[in-house]
Amino acid sequence: MNERIKKLRQQSIDATPTLSHERAQLLTEFYRNGEAQKHSVPVTRALSFKYLLEHKELCINDGELFVGEKGPEPKATPTYPELCIHSEQDLNILHNRPKVWFKSSDETRQIILKEVAPFWKGKSIREKILAEVDEQWRNTYNAGIFTEFMEQRAPGHTVGDDKIFRKGMLDFKKEIEESINNLDFYNDREAFAKREELRAMDIAAGAVISYAERYAKQLSELAESEKNIQRKNELETMAGICKRIPANAPRTFWEALQYYWFVHIGVTTELNTWDSFNPGRLDQHLYPFYKRDVDSGLLTEEQARELLQSFWVKFNNQPAPPKVGVTAQESNTYTDFCLINVGGVTDKGEDATNEMTYMILDVIEEMRLLQPSSIVQVSKKNSDRLLKRALKIIRTGYGQPSIFNTDAIIQELTRQGKSIIDARCGGASGCVEAGAFGKESYILTGYFNIPKILEITLHNGFDPRTEKQIGIQTGDPNNFNSFDELYRAFEKQLNHFIDIKIKGNLIIERIYAEYMPAPFLSILIDDCINKGKDYNAGGARYNSSYIQGVGLGTITDSLSSIKYNVFDKKNFSMEAMLELLKNNFENKKDARDKFLFDTPKYGNDDDYADDITRRVFETYFKAVDGRPNTKGGHFRINLLPTTCHVYFGSVLGATPDGRHAHEPVSEGISPVQGADIHGPTSVIKSASKIDHLRTGGTLLNQKFTPNFLETDEGIEKVLQLIRTYFRLDGHHMQFNVVNAEVLKEAQRHPEKYRDLIVRVAGYSDYFVDLGEDLQNEIIKRTEHTGG
Amino acid sequence: MRDKGYIFDIKKFSVNDGPGIRTTVFLKGCPLTCWWCHNPESQRGEPEKIDNCSFRWNLSHDSSQRNMVGYQVSVDEVTREIEKDFPFYEESKGGATFSGGEPMLQVNFLHSLLAECKRKEINTAIDTTGYAPYSDFEKIYDVTDTFLYDLKLIEDKIHYEYCGVSNKLIHENLKELSDRGKKIILRLPIIPTLTDTEKNLSQTISFISELKNIQEIDLLPFHATAKSKYERMKIQNKVIDLIPPTKEYMNELKNRFSQLGIPIRIGG
Repeated sequence: MNERIKKLRQQSIDATPTLSHERAQLLTEFYRNGEAQKHSVPVTRALSFKYLLEHKELCINDGELFVGEKGPEPKATPTYPELCIHSEQDLNILHNRPKVWFKSSDETRQIILKEVAPFWKGKSIREKILAEVDEQWRNTYNAGIFTEFMEQRAPGHTVGDDKIFRKGMLDFKKEIEESINNLDFYNDREAFAKREELRAMDIAAGAVISYAERYAKQLSELAESEKNIQRKNELETMAGICKRIPANAPRTFWEALQYYWFVHIGVTTELNTWDSFNPGRLDQHLYPFYKRDVDSGLLTEEQARELLQSFWVKFNNQPAPPKVGVTAQESNTYTDFCLINVGGVTDKGEDATNEMTYMILDVIEEMRLLQPSSIVQVSKKNSDRLLKRALKIIRTGYGQPSIFNTDAIIQELTRQGKSIIDARCGGASGCVEAGAFGKESYILTGYFNIPKILEITLHNGFDPRTEKQIGIQTGDPNNFNSFDELYRAFEKQLNHFIDIKIKGNLIIERIYAEYMPAPFLSILIDDCINKGKDYNAGGARYNSSYIQGVGLGTITDSLSSIKYNVFDKKNFSMEAMLELLKNNFENKKDARDKFLFDTPKYGNDDDYADDITRRVFETYFKAVDGRPNTKGGHFRINLLPTTCHVYFGSVLGATPDGRHAHEPVSEGISPVQGADIHGPTSVIKSASKIDHLRTGGTLLNQKFTPNFLETDEGIEKVLQLIRTYFRLDGHHMQFNVVNAEVLKEAQRHPEKYRDLIVRVAGYSDYFVDLGEDLQNEIIKRTEHTGG
Repeated sequence: MRDKGYIFDIKKFSVNDGPGIRTTVFLKGCPLTCWWCHNPESQRGEPEKIDNCSFRWNLSHDSSQRNMVGYQVSVDEVTREIEKDFPFYEESKGGATFSGGEPMLQVNFLHSLLAECKRKEINTAIDTTGYAPYSDFEKIYDVTDTFLYDLKLIEDKIHYEYCGVSNKLIHENLKELSDRGKKIILRLPIIPTLTDTEKNLSQTISFISELKNIQEIDLLPFHATAKSKYERMKIQNKVIDLIPPTKEYMNELKNRFSQLGIPIRIGG
């Protein structure tokens, strides 16, 4: 890392996350000036986007090689009042909370509270959603059965493909024009709506071009007054780049990266899309530019590395948008889930790794930044060299990259009906979600608390915490004569709550389709232009909606405990079991020990427990998979928690597996913390008993202490573990490589460990920014040693 | 043929007991009483009750067995457990290792286990002190792929003092096996002041230089992890004051043993 990069990196790490009023203020100005009322919704949205890009402040940081920030300066984070409005209380929470804070100045507070909030009150999407969902949905939501992704952030959950590296915005404008010309006003009753949408896309494409031109102008001016000759040359080059792209397709490595960055700023300025945006298979996209530039002498390897490093800093400058309401208090990450993919296979199914793959891995290792996140796709066709390189980064304890099974992803996507080519060009994004990059809208709609369903079942449909009858009456559990009877009741309850969630989702999808089109994002995702349809209205080639199941380990162990202790061994009557749960095992250590230590558990390759896992998986899959959404696509499942297993645990009483009330539930498809006592091969065997290929992603955590990975031999063994898991169709594996002592020390002295990044769940985060309960959970996870 | 025997643990993802990823089955009972024994619970042949023990694998979930170390199992039960990790063995060229205690003490049971693994094409290894009649080694020879063979002290008198038995049989068996041609991995416990003396080290090196078919030498540094076992079992820990050798020292030893021209590995 050279001096320039060191400085840029440090500045990015040290920059204070602030809340910026710029976007909210400009947007409000635009909607106030009367222009908004003259046009259709899509055109209005496009014009507001144009207004933002024409008026937002430009930022050129000293020494940087790429321009463009979401806010007026690094880590100045915009708000999106058309979606949700920050109240005075929200601003206070964000300003004062000890972790993941966003500072706001008096001026910002004044503007947001006096100008922005009053204008958007009653108009925001969040208010629309809460007004449209029914009481049943609200009660279920309040009980903590599921969460809702779209009440504060727009659907995004998508990734770019290679098209921006082949086409300029002018090319897209041409395609849009053709699509308009091809509209059939005689026979297509949607022709007018399509034209409005296409016009909106055209405006959005133009807006990004003019944003770049503004930069070109300012860079030229800066170059003129610059004394340092090297910097002067750089500024001139950058000005030239911004003049050319994104209007035209990029020709060089540098242009390609700057082009992507304008796209990134565009997507994330238009809306606060989930998982921000992401270039996807970066090694694939960049390699042709790199090769050409190096061959022609335009670029050295060293320069390419520096450009990539500078590019990395740009991602780190963009914290995730701050939330409102309760989630402002709970939500605890700056990470915006931009996940760079390397490795995998080409569109023809061949090993895709190239020099750029390894250079990007070097950059990941050297930069050690929170953002962007990174993954390595591993196919059986990739050599072990790739996996070894990744493991050598993982062992430094920074939680990146995580490892994905390309062959599984391809099968998952093709099962859902994608073409083999689209599947091969896809990958994973967000946490672990499989997607056809550049062609799919794969929306996560909310987490689903599977263990909570058992609690409701054991109370005959009643939620003991909110004291409401939110489920159906499936019978007094004391009258169940067999485990199957109990299971059928659980199944009925689960279907009931999935119905409620899906009904809400279908309403919310339409709210976004009608009121919140994203014309700029639509340009980037096939086949929105061809179809004349917005990304949020089904324009993408593939449209999937996910409900993410949480707590597979906890639900397995809880059901296993009832089956084993109540029905098979008759150690306890159902009544006694319910009494123990109600009293949170108080003064009943012996009984709890029986549940903890003498009951079959998931994660030990024990079919007694794992058969239950299989059964729960099938129940969940059947409840969700294949049901239609409103965009011509289908609902799918995946199994990942992000940090929601902590929240879901907090609303859940004691469970039959011996878990105390309010403790986190298990995360992803990992076993309950501490329940796996037979080592990683058993965990892998258990985890592979669910059919990963019928999901859109699963998350498995493995923990190793650093000393295990110290030697090449240790690396080799972990590589073999991964290869075996992938051979068994496992989707993903991530590693926490840090010892518990270090984490405990960090908990005691957070100030000394500000840069300690750990793997949380599908992403990495600063350890000191995590809530104490999550910290404790990670310490617990980490205390196991490999070998 | 004997289809039942006593074991006290099964360890999955065992990465130091032979090639690849392995499952190690610990058979109960040992004729030696090495001062530095890491598995003191392995020494007695019969199951025993040890309070607060948490170092046993229980194939059942029977809580009445919670504090019992050692239990009777059938060959079928053990092989079923071993087979579960088959994909890992294939991927890593690993397999099953039978350790102890001294697995040769239950030679008929051991033979049944090894034969059953071979029938299922699972690579086999035994981890032995070498203290058994050579005819017993003959019995299992054909169904064993790798011998992990302990070599502790060369001078018989000292061996007798620290391990409780003479090393004559051990050394003779080793020479025989080494002539026969199967893979042998030698395992040398490096115990400060006991095995780790200038005299014993140089004697060991010259002893090994006479042997054939040695694939690898594992230097196993003394560590104190068994301390709490001794406390819980209320038996005297004669090496309580020993300080584990440093990494640097182990590397020095590794260099020294390298003169034998055999791959040296630290750890196990």
